[in-house]
Amino acid sequence: MSLQISAENRVKPVIKCSSVYKVFGENAKKLLAQSNGLVDAKTFKDAGCVVGVNNASFEVYEGEILVVMGLSGSGKSTLLRCISRLTDTTSGNIFIDGQDLLAMTSKQLIEVRRNKMGMVFQNFGLLPHKTVLENIAFPLQIKGKSTDDSMKRALEMVELVGLDGRENYFPRQLSGGQQQRVGIARSLAVEPDIWFLDEPFSALDPLIRKEMQDEFLRLQGVLNKTILFVTHDFNEALRLADRIAIMKDGVIEQLDTPANIVLRPATEYVRKFTEEVPREKVLKIVSVMEPVVDASLLGPLQVSKDAIIYTVAEAVLTEPKHVAVVNALGEVVGSIHASKIINMLFGQADATDDIT
Amino acid sequence: MKFFKNHPKYAQFIGLLAVFFALYLTVTPSETNILWRFPALFAGVPGGINGFAEHLMYDWFPVEIFDPELEEYETSALVREVTRGFSRGVLFCIEFVREILLGGVKTIVAFTSWDFVGDNKWAVWPALPWTVVSGGAILLGYALRGKALALLAGLATAYIAIFGQWEPAMETLSFVLIAAPVSCLLGLFLGAVAYKSKTTETILMPLLNVAQTMPHFSYLIPVMVFFGVGDHAGAIATIIFATPPMIRLTLLGLKRVSPEVVEAGAMNGCTNAQMMLKVLIPTARRDILIGTNQVIMQCLAMAVIASFIGAKGLGFNLLLALNQLRIGQALELGICIVLIAVVLDKLSLAWANKQTNYFADDSFVQRHKYGIFFLILLTTCVILSFLGKLIFAGGINYFYLIPHNQGITTEPFWQSGVDWMVENWYRGLQTFNNWLIIDVLMPMKAAYLGMPVSATFVLVMGVGFIIGGLRSALIVGGFLLFIAFTEWWDRALITAYMTSFAVLVSALIGIVVGSLCAQNSFASKGILIVCDTLQTFPSFIYLIPVIMLFGVTDTSVLIAVIVYATIPAVRYTVEGLNSVPATLQDAGSMSGVNKLQRWVKIEMPLAFPHIMLGVNQTVVFALFMVIIGAMIGTDDLGQYILKALSDKNGIGNGLMLGLCVAFIGLAVDHLIHTWADQKKAALGMA
Repeated sequence: MSLQISAENRVKPVIKCSSVYKVFGENAKKLLAQSNGLVDAKTFKDAGCVVGVNNASFEVYEGEILVVMGLSGSGKSTLLRCISRLTDTTSGNIFIDGQDLLAMTSKQLIEVRRNKMGMVFQNFGLLPHKTVLENIAFPLQIKGKSTDDSMKRALEMVELVGLDGRENYFPRQLSGGQQQRVGIARSLAVEPDIWFLDEPFSALDPLIRKEMQDEFLRLQGVLNKTILFVTHDFNEALRLADRIAIMKDGVIEQLDTPANIVLRPATEYVRKFTEEVPREKVLKIVSVMEPVVDASLLGPLQVSKDAIIYTVAEAVLTEPKHVAVVNALGEVVGSIHASKIINMLFGQADATDDIT
Repeated sequence: MKFFKNHPKYAQFIGLLAVFFALYLTVTPSETNILWRFPALFAGVPGGINGFAEHLMYDWFPVEIFDPELEEYETSALVREVTRGFSRGVLFCIEFVREILLGGVKTIVAFTSWDFVGDNKWAVWPALPWTVVSGGAILLGYALRGKALALLAGLATAYIAIFGQWEPAMETLSFVLIAAPVSCLLGLFLGAVAYKSKTTETILMPLLNVAQTMPHFSYLIPVMVFFGVGDHAGAIATIIFATPPMIRLTLLGLKRVSPEVVEAGAMNGCTNAQMMLKVLIPTARRDILIGTNQVIMQCLAMAVIASFIGAKGLGFNLLLALNQLRIGQALELGICIVLIAVVLDKLSLAWANKQTNYFADDSFVQRHKYGIFFLILLTTCVILSFLGKLIFAGGINYFYLIPHNQGITTEPFWQSGVDWMVENWYRGLQTFNNWLIIDVLMPMKAAYLGMPVSATFVLVMGVGFIIGGLRSALIVGGFLLFIAFTEWWDRALITAYMTSFAVLVSALIGIVVGSLCAQNSFASKGILIVCDTLQTFPSFIYLIPVIMLFGVTDTSVLIAVIVYATIPAVRYTVEGLNSVPATLQDAGSMSGVNKLQRWVKIEMPLAFPHIMLGVNQTVVFALFMVIIGAMIGTDDLGQYILKALSDKNGIGNGLMLGLCVAFIGLAVDHLIHTWADQKKAALGMA
């Protein structure tokens, strides 16, 4: 799941937001125009408005998982709804594949949603009167595909999310985890390029949540979509994200890779989240490795640079020599020594200060 | 004193009662005393309405219309021509369905002429043999749901045929089959429009409030004026009456659809139409189906009432039987109406819940098996009815159509039952009857009639003020003022007395029975089923047994009202008590409450707001029934509405009287709803 963004993808983001504002309430537009882009939640509140999203600018690249993390009321879901145009953005620009989303007519918007976007909802948003199969086939039928074709495709999706044998169940007959699998299958049925997930696992039990996260990563391994994932669970964000945007009161406090967020929290607020996080479970070897000084000092053991430290710690600790760190092609790109891991696990927090 | 400091509302209430009784005792009854009765300022309004309606129907916007029979142009009012055309359309639809079921020539006449039918003896549409309709109902029930529904449909149709009520039943059915779908679609459409547009909703809501509290009879008069008399008028009155609950429930259902489902629909790229038809309406299905169920029930309830303006069928016969005091026959007819209601209700429910199997790789025969079955059935039954002609030569062809009142009947049995009861129980019932009338009802009625109008206003507006502040006081005061300015204030007092007596008894019975049944989950379920079943009965049915027992007296009316109005009180009590959260029940158990303490300290306080909503329903039900009681003979508003019905210029009186009844209902509704909302909010349940 590593972030391998090639140069041309950097140039052409799939989703691009620039100075997006969402203010709820009457006179929102007028107030915003008066404020010259400097929005203070308090003055707006006095005027009877609530600031949902405050000057959000960022890009999401192809095949990337961007997780928007924030507590309830931080504006994360509102941001997602702006980008899917489920709510109207008060001000700013949003581009989907270079097209101006906010300028689209409702007809164009319907086309984009039918072909490019899929969305998963916190409480599943399944149609209670339709069976699993009918729910999954719903977006296809809406598009006007024949019943035969859409049912065939829906059946494939049922298999993809592992619900075989439950095609004719109604949502009410399924557990939460199974219902969300239906939600996922439905959102993927039209093969969208962009996948929105709005707290998809928050309504599930912890064990099921873990299982569904694994399932999500497995699917993404196969499908490689461009993903905007909203969650209030910091650990979930760390587990799934290529990059994380942390929001507070509508403002994106920090947008960075999980490692950087843990290692270099930009604000006090972000630091509070990272305090309790066991670093070895978040960071990859690449963020603690050292350059190879002398190749002859390396032992026989090799670890991938993308391995989470925790998963290889035991092996590295049993190796007295320096351990070679290799990239995906098997080339040695660095080394690591058991002492570094011990520092990581039990020692000073600044042991990681000198790495990228 | 400390008590009143802590509960200022009680102090206010006691003060209010003091003022009320002071006024009651001091104001002298005299026609000129404005504190005793307000002058009838609105006395001229009904005449104005009559004039307006007449102008609209006969003079306004004259147009030239070609009369094909006289073959010349004549001048007629636009409204009249429009309503006439509409009436013809509805009538054609009803007769079309009726002739499919019963045979006839009117449909053929509609496309040709009476002369054509006269000249060509073959041009008669034959009736479907009853066996085909019955078999078709069974097949439909089986296809939609399964054996149980098939059995129900079979028994119901067989009962109707065997008891010789086939013709009136099919007449009623033909009119329900037109009125019910139209009401449903109209309600669905208006509900959807109200959901989409806030303005429509704001305009529609007060209209619905009035429409749902207006007594049935009041609808008949304007319909009669604008559409004439006959089956079509009955159907139109039924549609007007049955649509409001459908609109309301559609709107309620649509509003309850979770926002995520709507968002999911939007993200799947639904157009507006797809959103409404494929996402919103199906998701709101539960409430919409309750609406459909209400429509069907209202249609059959109106089957009786619509017979006042010429709708043929079971209702008409039932009315006739009641008038002749033929209890047994009325009972059999009543059962027919109930059976049709139940079967239609279950069929529509099953139809809405039907599932499709997409992967059944069926052959042609498999896919069309029900159609083929029906064809076989049709052929067999038609052949059978021809054979029947030979078998029952000269007599009645029992395989084709059992003529009216030629089936078996249990009437003698019921009649002898009634006779037996009259013989053996007469003294007891009569003693009770006399006691009730002389010692309870008469004094109560006198007390109501002896109430000065000023005292009534002080009491009602004061209660409004204590419950909902100045706003409520003004709202209920406004409703009352309307009634006070008409010339029927005394009649309204009588309606109020009958209603309040019935509501008191109903609420008491309802709360006690409901509370007892709620103690046990089995009993709760049982009593809810009983309530469901009783609610399916058209209100008229309740008059049958009470006339049987008490004859034509006020007691009969009141007992019918009480029985009918107790249903919602029981239902809401059971529902309210059952919805007390389990954690609170557990907390109570762990504190060691006994059954009585649990009821008094835990269940009642929490369930009471909901129970009061039930009492509100009780009031509405009671009002309706009191008005229908005019059939038996009362001297309240209902009787005057009934009189207006037979009056050529009754439209003004009828509407004003209807509004009077509606406003009594709405005033009570406003008070109880305001109170219950506050209470629920205070308990954190809103």
